[in-house]
Amino acid sequence: MSLALSLFTIVCVSLGAVFFLAGTLGLLRFPDTLTRLHALTKADNLGLGLVVLGLLPQVDWPLGALKLIAVWLLALLAGATVGQVLGSAVRPPPVSGAGESTP
Amino acid sequence: MTEFLLGAALFVLGTVALGLIRILRGPDDADRMLAAQLLGTGGVAVLLLLGVASGLGAVGDLALMLALLAAFASVAFVTGVARPDPPKPVRDPNALPRGDRS
Amino acid sequence: MSMSMSLGLVADSFLALLILGLAVWTIAVRGTYAAVVGFVAYGLLVALVWVRLAAVDVALTEAALGSGLMGLLLLRAAACLPRDAAVPASGRVGRVALRVVVGVLCAGLTAVLAAVVLQLPEPAPSLAAAAAQVLPTTGLGNPVTGVLIAYRAIDTLLEAVVLVLALIGLWSLAADGAWGGRPGALRTREPGAALVLLAQLLPPVGILVGIHLFWTGANHPGGAFQGGAVLAAMWAIVLVAGLAAAPRVDGRRLRLVLVVGPALFFAIGLAGIWWADAFLGYPADWAKPLILVIEAALTLSIAAALGLLLAGPPAAEPGPGPVVGAAGQLSWKEQSSTDEHR
Repeated sequence: MSLALSLFTIVCVSLGAVFFLAGTLGLLRFPDTLTRLHALTKADNLGLGLVVLGLLPQVDWPLGALKLIAVWLLALLAGATVGQVLGSAVRPPPVSGAGESTP
Repeated sequence: MTEFLLGAALFVLGTVALGLIRILRGPDDADRMLAAQLLGTGGVAVLLLLGVASGLGAVGDLALMLALLAAFASVAFVTGVARPDPPKPVRDPNALPRGDRS
Repeated sequence: MSMSMSLGLVADSFLALLILGLAVWTIAVRGTYAAVVGFVAYGLLVALVWVRLAAVDVALTEAALGSGLMGLLLLRAAACLPRDAAVPASGRVGRVALRVVVGVLCAGLTAVLAAVVLQLPEPAPSLAAAAAQVLPTTGLGNPVTGVLIAYRAIDTLLEAVVLVLALIGLWSLAADGAWGGRPGALRTREPGAALVLLAQLLPPVGILVGIHLFWTGANHPGGAFQGGAVLAAMWAIVLVAGLAAAPRVDGRRLRLVLVVGPALFFAIGLAGIWWADAFLGYPADWAKPLILVIEAALTLSIAAALGLLLAGPPAAEPGPGPVVGAAGQLSWKEQSSTDEHR
């Protein structure tokens, strides 16, 4: 049982670490800010999520585990907001004068 | 298990440290912000791993606080707390994918 | 065990090199905003170092103040500078001699510091054992809080007062006509729906975390400064999103909140002269409840002071932020006022 839980931790944390690596590589290699933002949110959501998931069996229930989950949920909220605000700031500004739409 | 968690923490720290190259290179301040954001999330992951590995329970509170403040700098940066000059908001015209994206 | 120790050593060395590199870059970089982003990242890494040193209390403070609030404060400060003004790329050629002198002095100071560090006695002199021995009389479980509120209470009292003094200093920067009014808006651009949602969802959680940090500070890492900083951050995000305006600085209630922490601390400290035969002493049976009352009041005052420091000096009355145009449009009403300074 304990072995299975340890294995679970190792697999999940390793997967999470891989997503952090992928996010970093994307941040470094992708050509412009918007695509880099895309890479970043992968590390935010999946990387941290898998690390948290993997650590769950290693902390005391229920408080430690709830705290971990709260950390992940807050990171999700932050990641989503940052994606929105940075994305809309980097995007070409809307053509002023309503009604016009670019093809 | 302790060794594995420490190793994983080191690995994640290494990857986000690699991401710091984006802070150095830019080219745009928004790109630098992205790298800081990644460092924030990675830092939370490193903290959680270190905390469990070394049995420091209070690290959970620190991770909670970092996650709470994670969006802070980017939001401040973008909403123009930073930048009251309109002709060139948060972007660098050269970096825009305007032309090559239909 | 030795495996994890050597891994720890690798992590520590890596972290130290990373921080040194980032620090040098942050000082050397020419763009103001780039330097601020570097500083925010630097604060995060320093918090990690404090965790490695098992000083979670300090890590919490560093994360909240050093990285979180200071980032916002520095971004605001950067906004007050003309764009890239701090970049005198040329025109200082004649001051090479001055630079050499400064460099030599810095190198000398560093060498002296290094010599001192190398000569420190090997088992470092420590009061930790003595502090831990007396801690039960305070009823606290967290030795850091014991030092802050009991052993070295005078330092903490003065720190709380300094925060109020700093705020008075900031307020005194206001123009004469603006005195007593509200601080200007924390944003120059329409916040957007995502940010408004964040500012609605985050504060309830953040207020809970702030109160938790203050409360848990008695027995675990945390305390008034950390809790107050989180509360201030939540206030700031509401201000940035434009969900509320900053209060008028001449409000009676606001000023009461600002001084209640230091004032209560001082009053209880004075009463200690009768209760416990010492200024800032606590009677044996009442130590913990009194400390909690002081910490609660301090948390409130620190949160208000930090929040108002972020909000800045009072601005002219008709300017609580830019007039928001149609959705998605940026509006730059404050532009004219900033241009006048250039």
